[in-house]
Amino acid sequence: MNLLPWTIYLSLGGALLALAAGARSAAAARWLALATAAAGWGVTLVAAARFTPGPGLLTLIDAAWIPELGVRYHLAADGISLTLVVLTGLAATAGVLFSWNVAERTGEYFALYLLLIAGVYGVFLSADALLLFAFYELAIAPKYFLIAIWGSTRREYGAMKLVLYSFAGSALVLAGLLWARAASGAGFDLADLAAGPYTAGQQVGMFALVFLGFAVLAGLFPFHTWAPTGHVAAPTAASMLLAGVVMKLGAYGCLRVALPLFPAGLAVWQPVIAWLAVAGILYAGAVALVQDDFKFVIGYSSVSHMGFVLLGLAAANARAVGGAVLQMFSHGVIAGLLFAVVGRMVYDRTHTRRLRDLRMLPLHRLLPFAAVTFVLAGLASMGLPGFSGFPAELLILVGAWKTSPVWALAAAAGVVLAAAFTLRAMQLAFFGRTGAAAAAPPAPALPPITWPERAGALLLLGASLLIGLRPDLLLNWIGPSLQSPLFQAVLKGGAP
Amino acid sequence: MNGGYAALARALAPETALVAGALAALGIDLAWLKRHPVAARLRAAAGVAALAVLAAVGLALAVGRPGSVAGGALRLDTLALAARLGVLGLTLGALGIAAGAPAGRNPVEYVAVMLFAAAGLTLMAAADQLLLAFLALELASLSLYLLTGFDKTRPESAEAALKYFLFGGMAAAFLLFGFSLLYGLTGSIGFAEVGAVLAAPRGGALAAVALGMVLVAFGFKIAAAPFHLWAPDVYQGAPAPSAALIASASKLAGYTLFARLLWAGAPPGGGTPGWLPVVAVLAGASLLLGNLVALAQTDVRRLLAYSAIAHAGALLLGVMTAGRAGFGPLLYYAATYGLASLGAFGVVGAVARPGGGRLEDLAGLHRRSPLLAACLAVFVLSLAGIPPLAGFWGKFAVFAAALKLDGPTGPAGGLALAAIALTAVALYYYLLILKQTLVAAPPSGNGGRIAVPGPAALALVAAAGLLVLLGVCPSLVLGWF
Repeated sequence: MNLLPWTIYLSLGGALLALAAGARSAAAARWLALATAAAGWGVTLVAAARFTPGPGLLTLIDAAWIPELGVRYHLAADGISLTLVVLTGLAATAGVLFSWNVAERTGEYFALYLLLIAGVYGVFLSADALLLFAFYELAIAPKYFLIAIWGSTRREYGAMKLVLYSFAGSALVLAGLLWARAASGAGFDLADLAAGPYTAGQQVGMFALVFLGFAVLAGLFPFHTWAPTGHVAAPTAASMLLAGVVMKLGAYGCLRVALPLFPAGLAVWQPVIAWLAVAGILYAGAVALVQDDFKFVIGYSSVSHMGFVLLGLAAANARAVGGAVLQMFSHGVIAGLLFAVVGRMVYDRTHTRRLRDLRMLPLHRLLPFAAVTFVLAGLASMGLPGFSGFPAELLILVGAWKTSPVWALAAAAGVVLAAAFTLRAMQLAFFGRTGAAAAAPPAPALPPITWPERAGALLLLGASLLIGLRPDLLLNWIGPSLQSPLFQAVLKGGAP
Repeated sequence: MNGGYAALARALAPETALVAGALAALGIDLAWLKRHPVAARLRAAAGVAALAVLAAVGLALAVGRPGSVAGGALRLDTLALAARLGVLGLTLGALGIAAGAPAGRNPVEYVAVMLFAAAGLTLMAAADQLLLAFLALELASLSLYLLTGFDKTRPESAEAALKYFLFGGMAAAFLLFGFSLLYGLTGSIGFAEVGAVLAAPRGGALAAVALGMVLVAFGFKIAAAPFHLWAPDVYQGAPAPSAALIASASKLAGYTLFARLLWAGAPPGGGTPGWLPVVAVLAGASLLLGNLVALAQTDVRRLLAYSAIAHAGALLLGVMTAGRAGFGPLLYYAATYGLASLGAFGVVGAVARPGGGRLEDLAGLHRRSPLLAACLAVFVLSLAGIPPLAGFWGKFAVFAAALKLDGPTGPAGGLALAAIALTAVALYYYLLILKQTLVAAPPSGNGGRIAVPGPAALALVAAAGLLVLLGVCPSLVLGWF
């Protein structure tokens, strides 16, 4: 476990090296980035192998950092953070593989990419609210440049919108944290902040600021609009990370900071959040159903699936929250895969993402690997048993039912919507021309799928399948973590 | 005079070094270098000046913090020492930028005036008495007017200097009038006695007039709304090293002086000083006006000027909390803000030809000079308050102190919440700069590489490095207080 901080340092060091190497050779920067990402992932796996689940955060490092401001350099992990750092390592490695064709300013690209990854690891490992916040901002800033420099459709608009939304959200978080600290008088360590004491009225205000601030990045309806435009504008690996990991930062912030610190606030806001989450699931699903841009379909589907995470958090029982964490992992893997197929495998070859153009191409013949990958990823996204989405969404719905059956029923409609928009996109993009029609006019030859793409896709598919078949691997980490006193103050019993 | 002239001379050793350095630079130039090309004379003078500043740093450290000296004229405490070192460091940076800038017709005089300005600014940092404070302020201001108008080839420079001088002269008159009223009320020129009148919640009409006069001058000096009108023109028209000095060291010294004056006689043990609501209004107006008007700017220097006005609002919040939370957050904020804006002006000066400075002139900087682009990214992100750069902790420390002072519903706490919300607005215009610098392709006719002169590169890299270092270890400065 004590290795885990090295994920941050490795990524930071790798960022500097990639920047230096990129000035001379793009290939060197690429391999360095791959080595760094894989090494970080390796560290998380080694840590996972040595992990004994238990309640509460396991401190990795706790050192005075800025005593004048009450900020400590306190890194810690529990089963929830471990789940998410493993996801980060996996998504980072796959993302490098899907960025193999970045030819322009390669060194800078991977430097920013790894800087972002370092920030993400930092957020998942922070046990000091302000350290968490600092890492959170460190993860947001590189997004602007990744999208604005290497992106596509309306990239500068998408990048600016994304960063301003995230930054406005983080301003709310900062305001809430400063208020809480002014009221509690202690430092920013999560344990200190949780000790309070806050009045119920204060908690309602603080919870609103902190939860809403983080939830903006998790795609809470109606503050989700940055997500589809940002996803569409971003280069493939950036949208993979954005949907796969960065949106989880928001949900993780809600879970780690807002919920345990201000339980009385949750009690007041619970129905509002739950209904907004349900609205997001349904609205984004409905919008995804009518999109013509393939990437927008996936972008809205991300918002819809993240709605399940938020619903799980709002339901506030161990089963639903456990499901939410599992869904974070599952969606991180599946959304990454979907974006990889759309952005890297299809768009980089056909240079169009319009479904009405794609349906004119017999893509299932031209890119069979992409078609198979998308079908599998689509099935996983729809929540087919055997893939990770199934246990996650099931747990969330069952947990939500316990809190309020109406929420669960409404959200279940979202599962049907997800099947509808995924199947529609699948049909139009890959199977628009089948049978005799596929061979009729000569189709343009597309470059074959390269090895990094195959490797990345197999990694992600394998992970989804593994967790789909053995969800207990992760639930055995997550469950005991939710038994910690901090979480027990908000959650109503029941093992996931 | 307890301690006599010897103590005074010891306390003023850094200023003596600066003035001696200025005279030495002028003398050496007059005696030996008159026939040399201006560029060489500029380098030589900047070298002498840099040595003088380094000597002043050493002397300031040697003087240390003896407390009140020279019969209460100077207070050499932690705040004074930190502000003196900050001013000297920022002056060194401005000298580096000046040494790399194209030399004008009188390069040595330019450098000498910079040193005079620095002497005035370090004195401001230590003054504890109205008379000395006014003299120091005027020494610094007159030098800065000169520095603004030094580029005689451009009418904008002269226009800026005239505007700065007229506004500044008016502000000085206000200040002097306010000071004379304060002397009349208290019969003293010591900060402690005068500050008590300023801070009294209900001090009578005369005290209110005096307070108003002082705050107008203060508002002018730090470019707080509604006394900010000179700033955009001066920042745009002044030569880059002058603008860098005005935006950094002069701000730091100004905040130090006024925070010291306003808190000198604060009611002990809680109680709101009488000037607090007025300063709160200035802070709120600056935050709002600076951030919103900056959104519409197309000229980098004007944009930086409006960003400076916005930062002035946040720094005023630091002044409001300084008496209770200590001067650490204010000084840290002012110093790191100074570093970032010094650097930003240095980069803009190196990139844009005189007169040019539109946002588009920065296009493709990442290709034309990766060093400048990387440094500018650090400066701008620090101004925007992105952790782990120093600018974030400055804002954070000030806002935390404000919220601690009176909660989210009090004037300081409420302003802090507004300021936090406005940081998201500010990010937009900062990203506009970085969009040109790092994202946009270089323009076709203007894509040549930019050669950065050695001293300027050194100053910029040092400033950027310090911003990162102080961002990772803010306690290096905060721990002093």
